Amino acid sequence: MKPVFEVTKGMREKVSHYCPGCTHGIAHRLIMEVLDERGQLGDAIGVSPVGCSIVAHQYLNVDMIEASHGRAPAVASGIKRVHPNSPVFTYQGDGDLASIGIGELIHAAGRGEKFCTFFINNAIYGMTGGQMAPTTLVGQKATTCVEGRTVEQAGNPLRICELLNTIDGAVYVERVSLHSPSAVRAAKKAIHRAFEVQEKGLGYAFVELLSTCPTNWGMTPVKATEWLKENMIPYYPVKQFKCPEEVK
Amino acid sequence: MQEKRLLKGNEAFAIAAINAGCRFYFGYPITPQNEVPEYMSRELKKVGGSFIQAESELASVNMAYGAASAGGRVLISSSSPGIALMQEGFSDLAVIQAPVVAINVMRSGPGIGGIQPGQADYFQVTRGGGNGDYHIIVYAPKSIQEACEMIYNAFDVADEYRNPVMICADGMLGQMMEPVCVPEPREAMKEEDIPAAKPWALTGHKNQRERNAINSVFLQQEVLEDFNMNVLAPKYEKAKKELPEAEIIDVEGAEVVFVSYGSTSRMAREAMEILKEEGIKVGLIRPKTLWPFPDFAFEQIGESTKHVIAVELSMGQMMQDVKLALNGRIPVSLINKVGGVLLDPEEIAERTKKIMEVR
Amino acid sequence: MAMQRIIVAGFGGQGVLLIGQLIAYSAMFDNKEVTWMPTYGPEMRGGTANCTVCVSDKPISSPVGATCDILVAMNGPSLEKFEPMLKPGGHLFINSSSVTIAPKRDDVQVHYVDTLGIAAGEIGNEKTTNMVMLGAMLRTCDIVNIDIIDKTLAYVMKGEKAKFIPDNKRAIMAWKEE
Repeated sequence: MKPVFEVTKGMREKVSHYCPGCTHGIAHRLIMEVLDERGQLGDAIGVSPVGCSIVAHQYLNVDMIEASHGRAPAVASGIKRVHPNSPVFTYQGDGDLASIGIGELIHAAGRGEKFCTFFINNAIYGMTGGQMAPTTLVGQKATTCVEGRTVEQAGNPLRICELLNTIDGAVYVERVSLHSPSAVRAAKKAIHRAFEVQEKGLGYAFVELLSTCPTNWGMTPVKATEWLKENMIPYYPVKQFKCPEEVK
Repeated sequence: MQEKRLLKGNEAFAIAAINAGCRFYFGYPITPQNEVPEYMSRELKKVGGSFIQAESELASVNMAYGAASAGGRVLISSSSPGIALMQEGFSDLAVIQAPVVAINVMRSGPGIGGIQPGQADYFQVTRGGGNGDYHIIVYAPKSIQEACEMIYNAFDVADEYRNPVMICADGMLGQMMEPVCVPEPREAMKEEDIPAAKPWALTGHKNQRERNAINSVFLQQEVLEDFNMNVLAPKYEKAKKELPEAEIIDVEGAEVVFVSYGSTSRMAREAMEILKEEGIKVGLIRPKTLWPFPDFAFEQIGESTKHVIAVELSMGQMMQDVKLALNGRIPVSLINKVGGVLLDPEEIAERTKKIMEVR
Repeated sequence: MAMQRIIVAGFGGQGVLLIGQLIAYSAMFDNKEVTWMPTYGPEMRGGTANCTVCVSDKPISSPVGATCDILVAMNGPSLEKFEPMLKPGGHLFINSSSVTIAPKRDDVQVHYVDTLGIAAGEIGNEKTTNMVMLGAMLRTCDIVNIDIIDKTLAYVMKGEKAKFIPDNKRAIMAWKEE
């Protein structure tokens, strides 16, 4: 009998520490499915961040290294110099990428580094317990803005895809979401394109995945996906910002 | 050794690294080490290597973290404030056991400080400037020639110990020219040879082995304790047995023993000659490794020695290791200059005589 | 030979760092111990440049020092700045094409070198002023065997630059003490 469901080949058979309803699991699977379909699981090298996905290397069945907070793009730049033909990716959350690591991000993009970044934007610091992130929405509550983020105190949230869209070295920039099955299918296609851009040596490829954090948002998983759709997508539009002709 | 050439220190350091098989360099401009990245930017590509001008020292040390983990032979360089910015990275390199060689062309501090030579990075480099129980192996050359030899060997030491190794030069050694014979070029490791030579490296598992995971996070305290006690500690103990090096001159029977390292030891060496002419017996211990510190050299100090004097360009940082090595046997004094001002041999000789009068 | 410490100072563009390096190369080829040390950092942006060269038969401890045995002053500000460092009896070479002030010291041996006059006149190549000064200093002071200079020039002027060697050599040999 043909099995209808199997453990993703690129995932290790380990129970994850992620909270119920968290979308990290979906993002992990999508990247591993793509690498598997591309026949690159044996060649891929991943860089995990500091944040909830700090131990992604425990779950993803590819060679992985963990970077210190925010430094994943610098680490990946070093790896790619030694193995220029291997698919290299960073997997980073919003605190890691958009706050402490934004310098490394922008300069990796500026150099047109030939690796991919998968950016998990759930608008909050998850691992440290729900503090405000650079991507926390105005009015959204967090432990360092218990009455909701205000523009006066913290400014407006950063839109990273829009920022990278101004950088020539970032040749592929797309924002996707993980709030529904159809959105997840679209996300997988974006991840495919990102690795395709890398394989063809076209430049830096960046995919933002809008994600949920039911625990720190204080919502059920179902409510969290609704909240993402109703609140995040209007501010962070799901959109392909740029894509080279070669991979369209 | 290659033929004798007149080379600026920083360029000679870069040549020695390339000749040692280094093919990856990540740097950021800071005086007085800029000739290192400049040379690497021109020359590495000619030998199939790779250079990145990083956006900061923070990025350059993390590029090294990635490249070394991927199996590359990596050099980074900076000067004191830049080395300070890299300290998180050194702690990370130590815990993931990445073989990286770093050159610190020291200048004066604290803060942005000055750009003239200094030795006030001693604590920063020997005490673990980053967090946690770790050590980096530190060499201190007195000349451009010795720096080249130390850099050349440092890559092997880094590989053997799987630990970062630092060469502490200073603005004088970096900026001056001296005749030097650089060690002969060695063949660099090819990418396809990395998996066999460095089975722990990130090369892709090729569906032939378990995936390699390199991490510095240990969320279970017992696992981290086990790692610190049973992986790092024995390695550091081995280093303490095998690596300490010192040059020891005329210590036996000496009334005064200078302890001095790096370029400053050259001034102390000349001061010895001045004092010798006045009938004062002076010896010199010159640590060539700052960590592990060459405690063994101090066993040679006998009953005749009444004064041990640390001669250094700091407020007495190395002096603390001298005191630890002597363990209270003999009082230790300090002859120093700071802020980028250099000691000269006549001044060392004069201050030595004052120290001898007071006691 | 006891250690000789030489300071070469002037405007950027007068070739003072090169003069120092040519002394250093010559000393190396003459199997002597030698160090060359430039000033570095912001002060080199101000248009002045200087370097210290030490030459000795014994290992050299410091490449710089509070005094010097020989001072080559290519311009007035350098003369004023470094004259006090010259040891009594030391050699002071003044580029009289540029320096209009008189030295204050009367306990040193002063040599006036009209570098531009010689370079533009006898040599017919204004770019050789620094070589005129180098030659004046090397042939007056017992630093290296002057024959070594051929090897030095051949070493630093390779390939396309080799065509400059004859003019430079003539410039080095041109100055005569009046």
